[in-house]
Amino acid sequence: MSALIETENLHLAYGGNTVLRDVSLRVQRGEIVTIVGPNGSGKSSLLRALIGAIHPISGRIIRAEGLRIGYVPQSLSINSTLPLTVARFLNLPKRVSAQAALAALEGAGVPELAQRQLGALSGGQFQRVLLARALLQSPDILILDEATQGLDQPGAARFYQQIESVRQSIGCAVLMVSHDLHVVMAASDRVLCLNGHLCCEGTPQVVADAPEYRALFGTGTQGALALYRHHHDHDHHDGCDHEHSDVPVEKESA
Amino acid sequence: MDDFIMRAALAGLGVALAAAPLGCFVVWRRMAYFGDATSHAAILGVALALATELPVFAGVLATALAMALLITGLSARQFSSDTLLGVLAHSALALGLVAVSLIDSIRVDLEGYLFGEILAVTNTDLVVIWCGAACVAALLMWRWHALLTATLSPDLATASGISPRREQLVLTLALAVTVAVAIKVVGALLIAAMLVIPAATARPFARTPEAMAAYAVAAGSIAALGGLAGAFALDTPAGPSIVAVGAALFALSAAIGPLLRGRT
Repeated sequence: MSALIETENLHLAYGGNTVLRDVSLRVQRGEIVTIVGPNGSGKSSLLRALIGAIHPISGRIIRAEGLRIGYVPQSLSINSTLPLTVARFLNLPKRVSAQAALAALEGAGVPELAQRQLGALSGGQFQRVLLARALLQSPDILILDEATQGLDQPGAARFYQQIESVRQSIGCAVLMVSHDLHVVMAASDRVLCLNGHLCCEGTPQVVADAPEYRALFGTGTQGALALYRHHHDHDHHDGCDHEHSDVPVEKESA
Repeated sequence: MDDFIMRAALAGLGVALAAAPLGCFVVWRRMAYFGDATSHAAILGVALALATELPVFAGVLATALAMALLITGLSARQFSSDTLLGVLAHSALALGLVAVSLIDSIRVDLEGYLFGEILAVTNTDLVVIWCGAACVAALLMWRWHALLTATLSPDLATASGISPRREQLVLTLALAVTVAVAIKVVGALLIAAMLVIPAATARPFARTPEAMAAYAVAAGSIAALGGLAGAFALDTPAGPSIVAVGAALFALSAAIGPLLRGRT
């Protein structure tokens, strides 16, 4: 089966600083793929490259023909000088019918918000409105960048349930970045672990057991859980200079 | 009514038509200082026009465009800051004043270019102002949805197939044309006021971007006509009087605005 979107040896840089190197990935129709990785590991940059907001230094991005992407950004800071109702926001950049807008809001679980001002929404409501807007384009793939940032755990869990029900109803693929590791581990078909390069990938269980993954999310606890450290010793790196400490047992529950 | 009053009123309305909706984007995108720098560069354009015997409109348009593109280019390279814009705004003004004074073969009424001379608007000026204003209004209407999306979030715009850079360029062009048509009416120093004040006045009453732009046009028009009437009654300079009325409207709106907060 051909992929919806794939990258080949993608290399991304900002102002001469490499943020990602040699990333090759594929997302198939209908699957949920989650990207995990520490701050600054290039997760958001990868998503922004996939939507076309940044251009790769080298490598390729291949999108299936006529691919419709629904993008849900990390967060939007709405300038308080810009008056905007939810209904008006859903009509950007293309006008949609009132029924379609309402259906999208229902799909995102917030049909009552249409006439509210965007700036007056809570974090959870706002993310669902962003999701509704993404749904309006009947996407082949939903791309979500830390969409549950700022939500409490029950809120995040409900949001992921919503994503799952969206996938079941419209059959889109989902590619998301997330920090909610245990939720992610339960909800994803496949997990990619990123840290400047693709450290490891596979089913949630495979990734959770991978030493690279454990190393990354062990160091997140300031070494408090680290019984000992040693230098990066897995063999897929090429000039990768970050340290991977080998931490047993516990995952960070971010 | 005297012809020149009629022409002045029409000129003021033309500027309000272009400046108010554009001013909304200036406010939404926090570009107030950008507008300042671009309009101050107009004086340099006056000097250029006088030196080359081009029409003032063309000279101002060219330098305003060059300045706006320079700022856009620098901010794309992440140089953008209050400081940089401040440096450019005041340098452009100072250089313009120096350049005008170097052209000593012509006696130049500098005050007219700094503060406007709306009462001296000719029929030709009127045609230029209304053509320019109509172009700006049409350009904004044509790109309205794309501009709004890019203003909300460049990434959302990109994901929808809109180029944020192209939309920025549209605004840059609109700004340069607005500066070129407004210099005769309110002068280089006060053009930025005609951009920002009507938009800020409109904000508390609007629930949608379109409503805000429409209210801003109304506020700008009232300021233009009220300012002209005030200038006659009190024998004050017209350009500053227009901006003063605009400021009074803003104060009124800011006072009433909080009472409407539950609604907007």
